[in-house]
Amino acid sequence: MSGRIDKAFARAGKAKRAAFIAYITAGDPAPARTVVLARALERAGADILELGVPFTDPIADGPTNQRAAERALAQGTSLPGVLGIVRELRYSSELPVVLFTYFNPVHAYGLARFAVDAAAAGVDGVLFTDVPVEEAGAAHAALRRVGVELVLLLAPTSTRERVKAVRKLAGSFVYFVARAGVTGARATLEEGLEEQVRLVRRLTKTRVAVGFGVSTPDQVARAARFADGVVVGSALVERIAELGDAPELPGEIEALARSLAIATRRK
Amino acid sequence: MKPVPDSRGYFGPYGGRFVPETLMAPLAELTAAWQEARRDRAFRRELAGLLATYCGRPTPISHAARLTRHLGGAQVFLKREDLCHTGAHKINNAVGQCLLARRMGKVRVIAETGAGQHGVAVATAAALFGLRCRVYMGTEDERRQALNVFRMKLLGAEVVGVDAGSRTLKDAINESLRDWVTNVATTHYVLGSVLGPHPYPLMVREFQSVIGSEALLQIRAQHRSLPNLVVACVGGGSNAAGIFSAFVPHRHVELVGVEAGGRGTRLGEHAARFAGGSPGVLHGTRSYVLQDQDGQVSPTHSVSAGLDYPAVGPEHAYWHDSRRVSYVQVADREALDAFHLLSEFEGIVPALETAHAIAYVARVAPRMASAQAVLVNLSGRGDKDVVEVARLEGVTL
Ligand SMILES: Cc1ncc(COP(=O)(O)O)c(C=O)c1O
Repeated sequence: MSGRIDKAFARAGKAKRAAFIAYITAGDPAPARTVVLARALERAGADILELGVPFTDPIADGPTNQRAAERALAQGTSLPGVLGIVRELRYSSELPVVLFTYFNPVHAYGLARFAVDAAAAGVDGVLFTDVPVEEAGAAHAALRRVGVELVLLLAPTSTRERVKAVRKLAGSFVYFVARAGVTGARATLEEGLEEQVRLVRRLTKTRVAVGFGVSTPDQVARAARFADGVVVGSALVERIAELGDAPELPGEIEALARSLAIATRRK
Repeated sequence: MKPVPDSRGYFGPYGGRFVPETLMAPLAELTAAWQEARRDRAFRRELAGLLATYCGRPTPISHAARLTRHLGGAQVFLKREDLCHTGAHKINNAVGQCLLARRMGKVRVIAETGAGQHGVAVATAAALFGLRCRVYMGTEDERRQALNVFRMKLLGAEVVGVDAGSRTLKDAINESLRDWVTNVATTHYVLGSVLGPHPYPLMVREFQSVIGSEALLQIRAQHRSLPNLVVACVGGGSNAAGIFSAFVPHRHVELVGVEAGGRGTRLGEHAARFAGGSPGVLHGTRSYVLQDQDGQVSPTHSVSAGLDYPAVGPEHAYWHDSRRVSYVQVADREALDAFHLLSEFEGIVPALETAHAIAYVARVAPRMASAQAVLVNLSGRGDKDVVEVARLEGVTL
């Protein structure tokens, strides 16, 4: 249950690392590959798996993740399928899983039923890209009842009052958007990120993971110095896009993920 | 009674703010700036001045005498938004929001567009105020509204084609939201309908309510009483909300919104949110959405780019559930017939969006008494559609 996320952060912290949070879109390149990729990421040293639920209108995502969602949808992957994938993963792995989803698929599934089924499948946390704290009350209550964490986002534009509102609902970590914008690889990390992360940690009294635009080992190493967790998505998703369903896909993803995982060590 | 919408932008269970965290503070800032502006007499005076001296307001109401005789029933009156500068009601909102953007110190505006009328209106207002302007438009819409693409470019705007999803209005809004979330410090997003996160549905309705306020007085003067029926087409719902808002308190006035029935009743063949949709969350607001059982938004079809959208403004969802407004569907074929009907009987070529409203009037007016009156919002003119209608009818120009 939610203990898995907490333990993952604690283990990473003890090893003087930031937790490595790896993002992939469920069902990309094919639903049958997602568990294989998750295991590859785990072997490479991922502490937490962030699993994207494909959606037709991903307004918070850049082109890389948009394409991934299109590929997954074309393969027939939707929320029920994603829960099936997590259920299957749980036969062989205790890797904590956070679903990264837009609200509408969950709304259509039914919030209460979703919470129950997600918990039963072995989901540890849920992050809604388009549900700010003001709208998050119902989701928080439904997930709490079944012991699943709600992961809330904060951004460089968030005001102090918003940070404090998030503190009230936050679970074992909050997700800080490294730069105003959509997901996707970027050349540099934002200036002032370190101070922002420290401020958010102080105001929320919660661990802070940094994501959006972190894609190279170098960027991971820099963010790992001050963040409790570092999320890498587009770099992995881009590689999946390049390789498609090739036999070497899991091995290649494992190698790439390992280079990122190693970079989370604080020197 | 609770005010509608409430302070969080809810019209009953519809509305709200379902957006990435990055946009929350900017939306709060926008709400505050707009609230302040609407209380500021200087702002109101400047907007009213521009509507009068630049946009050409008030627009008249025309009695459609030949059409009335042809239909053989109720008196048909047309609220002539087609006579606005740029040819549609969209300019009312574009000028209002660009004025607000300038007041907020933004140097750049972005907009989505379907039919191209909102894009043209924003490009126009941006030229008027000296703001940089970029318009997102689905590539399918660029094709069928090519005239408006060139107009926007003439006005100095950059037009960016969106080649994703259904390549229509929905995808243009996705791309606009992505741009806004990235450039929010310098940029105001001029949303073109009563859609999106709070405060847009309320703010756009208010900028468009000038249609209804004028029409209420005009129809009283010309017909000596309120109309029995007010009809408007509903894409996102801004021209409808603009005219309906004045009549909503008058319970005996029947209000009808016309959605695109497209070419069939199966999901994907139409844009009939109230006939084939269910509550969902799209583009920052909770409303009726055309979607599959997994909550994936379904493709839509309409001959009219401006109605070709899978969701609808949250206030319309509220009006629908409370039964204050009825929503009906008109198919592509009927809309095309009405396009010709109004052209031939009144000398007015309507936009294909508007033609849907005319088609509904042609359906119901004959069943009404000649002492009764129907008021239609003639939301825009059809110049932009001439080439596409010719193509659909096999005429090479
Ligand atoms: C002339 C005209 N009427 C109606 C619409 C539909 O929009 P709304 O429902 O917001 O009025 C459009 C949109 O492009 C339009 O150009």
